[in-house]
Amino acid sequence: MREPLLELQGLHKSFGALTVTEDVSLTVMPGEIHAVIGPNGAGKTTLIHQIGGTLRPDRGRVLFAGRDVTALPMERRARLGLARSFQITSIVPGFSALENVALAVQARSGSSFRFFRPARGEAALNGQALEALATVGLEGRAGVPAGAMSHGEKRQLELAIALATKPRLLLLDEPLAGAGPEETGRLIGILRSLRERFGILLVEHDMGAVFALADRISVLVYGRVIVTGTAGEVREHPEVRRAYLGEDELA
Amino acid sequence: MTAFLRRQAVPLLVLPALAAAPFLGFGDSFALTLLARAMILGMAAVSLSLLVGGAGLVSLGHAAMMGIGAYTVAALDAAGVTEGLVVLPTAVLAAALFALATGAVSLRTSGVHFIMITLAFGQMAFFTASSISTLGGDDGYTLFGRTELFGTRLLENRLGFHFLCLGLLALVWILCSALLESRFGRVLRAARENPQRVRAIGFSPYPYRLVAYVLAGAVAGLAGALLANATEFVSPAALSWSRSGELLFMVILGGMSHLYGAILGALAIVLLEEWLSHLLEYWRLAFGPLLVLSVLFLRDGLAGLPAAVLSRLPVGRATRRGGPERSGADA
Amino acid sequence: MSLSLVLVQLLNGAQFGVLLFLVAAGLTLVFGVMDFINLAHGVQYMLGAYVAASLGVWAGDFWLGLLMALPVTLLIGLALEWLVFRHLYQRDHLAQVLATFGVILTLDEAARAIWGSAPLNVPQPGGLPGGIEIMPGLIYPVYRLVIIGAGLLVALLLWFLVERTRAGMLIRAGASNAPMVSALGVDIRRLFTAVFAFGAMLAGFAGALASPVFAVAPGMGDNVLILAFVVIVIGGIGSIRGAFIAALLVGLLDTAGRALLPDLLRLVMDASSARQTGAAIASMLVYIVMAAILFFRPVGLFPGPRA
Repeated sequence: MREPLLELQGLHKSFGALTVTEDVSLTVMPGEIHAVIGPNGAGKTTLIHQIGGTLRPDRGRVLFAGRDVTALPMERRARLGLARSFQITSIVPGFSALENVALAVQARSGSSFRFFRPARGEAALNGQALEALATVGLEGRAGVPAGAMSHGEKRQLELAIALATKPRLLLLDEPLAGAGPEETGRLIGILRSLRERFGILLVEHDMGAVFALADRISVLVYGRVIVTGTAGEVREHPEVRRAYLGEDELA
Repeated sequence: MTAFLRRQAVPLLVLPALAAAPFLGFGDSFALTLLARAMILGMAAVSLSLLVGGAGLVSLGHAAMMGIGAYTVAALDAAGVTEGLVVLPTAVLAAALFALATGAVSLRTSGVHFIMITLAFGQMAFFTASSISTLGGDDGYTLFGRTELFGTRLLENRLGFHFLCLGLLALVWILCSALLESRFGRVLRAARENPQRVRAIGFSPYPYRLVAYVLAGAVAGLAGALLANATEFVSPAALSWSRSGELLFMVILGGMSHLYGAILGALAIVLLEEWLSHLLEYWRLAFGPLLVLSVLFLRDGLAGLPAAVLSRLPVGRATRRGGPERSGADA
Repeated sequence: MSLSLVLVQLLNGAQFGVLLFLVAAGLTLVFGVMDFINLAHGVQYMLGAYVAASLGVWAGDFWLGLLMALPVTLLIGLALEWLVFRHLYQRDHLAQVLATFGVILTLDEAARAIWGSAPLNVPQPGGLPGGIEIMPGLIYPVYRLVIIGAGLLVALLLWFLVERTRAGMLIRAGASNAPMVSALGVDIRRLFTAVFAFGAMLAGFAGALASPVFAVAPGMGDNVLILAFVVIVIGGIGSIRGAFIAALLVGLLDTAGRALLPDLLRLVMDASSARQTGAAIASMLVYIVMAAILFFRPVGLFPGPRA
């Protein structure tokens, strides 16, 4: 059996009396899209923060490619190949789309303590950045200031930035949030084209997208994983229907 | 090339103007002293602009770096060391070391807290300087003479000193501009706009910011050493928080969209102060409102002035002059 | 170092701390609630002192001057808000810093033009016994005790206003989420203006109280302003309670350090260097403490709603 790319072992996190992550264990295999779903307040974002390294769990371990990264900050995890997108799109608005991605290429291409040569002119950086932009369909928008792009384009750009770091695992926090129907379709297509090349941990509200994309789905309710399985298994699971889908209908 | 010329039109006009000034009726010792002061403060302001505009680090302790440069000159002077090849590098190094030590602590904080912790270190340096009795304490220290270069008294010549300051100012501006465009500067600028994104791709902003802080401190130390030579006098006032504030105001007034804005800001403040104080007894009654108006009407500072004026003019020749935007820039 | 010396220094420190609190309270509210950095806040302190002194001379009574200084500084605060500051709320901190610095220059210079550069003669507060024996053989000026008492009263009043009244609730809500509060139909602009003018008046009150004790001169507000910033940063921006505790801490540290450190250092070094080193360290003391607090608690002791 292959070694999991990401493995969470018994993660616990609480804020005062409020337990937001309770004994969460799950794995992401190479080439797998593993979606985490759950009603609002289930603790999905807190979980993402613990995987990404912006929040330390109280107990439990995060293993990335077999290595314990629980104590590493976000930037160290990123250097190991863990790329993430944020619930609220996180780009450098004053940079062009190309420069946003070129910066990500730069992060893994030698030292950045270089003080004289203009970075804008480095062909190696720009070439790989353009490639990543092309993967997400933004090759024609390279020179546009990122802050001036549409919401969907910013989402695509953030994906391109993540890809440019040559990651092994993509940690995507609601990549479809706020996207219109047309943009959603485009983003789903891009995500589908990325499967096999990376492991993907996907937190998403759009159930259509989740059931279309995910190999496995974990359902998080009140900080606990109540079931992990294929789309079919999860759909049939009685506790899911009661706890999650039932609430969804009422909402 | 034309794009470059257009982008850098302002410094390409201002620096030659400074070079020509001594031959256009500003060659007397009073004018040269004034211009040297403006250029030296401009140099420090450029280094501060690298921090504020480039890295997003608003320091209210930058005068301490300058003051340490100046006090190094004084201390070496008191010890009988006046050779510039020793004095200037020592001054730069001393300021850089101080920046390294204080920056390492200060950069743990951000925003207003960074402003206040840099102020705190600046004040500590200020009170330390006032307590060094061998260098005059509160009263300051008068140099025996200007720093020498290769054993010659080159800097005694006011014209020579003028061009030394101008050359170093141009060099500092060019190096700092290159720095911002380099790989290093790109990380720095990105971390100003979105530190979270920069971390998420694998950079820790801290070492980049610390290096920038040390480099800016080193430049300020050089400026301080020059200032000590310009006035042949050093006092704790050089390290005061109001001097730090003054440098910051030069940067803001000049505008942070370009590094040369700091040079414009320094020239504007030093020259405008001088001009107004000759004109009026209570000249700050005019200077203060000018600052307020410049904030209200010049969103991008003096560096944004050409663009602001151009955008308001009908296409073609400039026919209309003046207007509120120009008020701060006529110096 | 006798007990009475320590007691006097404690009282002097409390008096300075209370004055700092009056200045810092307005500063921290304006900063915490409106996210506005007002360097010109120290000018209100100076104006309070000048107005109280001048009106006191005119009315022939210090207390009348003090009383009249309150509405005058309130009006000056309103005028400045209307003329300059409200155009800066949407701008970044650096723009606010430069513009309010311009206001400082203008008003300091105006004070110089009106009242001259020399320190002003201030009428002494009448109707009070000069001193009171607080310990056998130790006489302390009553007026200084009045300052401490007045400061504590205002602190209590402020705490009540912010924690127990509807206006205070709106201020706290406005600090954490201004758009929401204004969406609920509250005129946030007017609330801000009121907070601003009230803070200006408190600073003016502090200046008026201080006028018989400290030198009334142009620029007297500038160093108080810096210390008030130290206070609100140590206390946590936006926190009245934090400002109060930090102001007393800073006042005591500064005063006691200046009085006691040179004596303490004499135990380990000779007299003249002890005096010099002691004075230097005493001046640095509040900054050393601030740097240490920020190092270990980067958001201050009592983080306000925005932190």
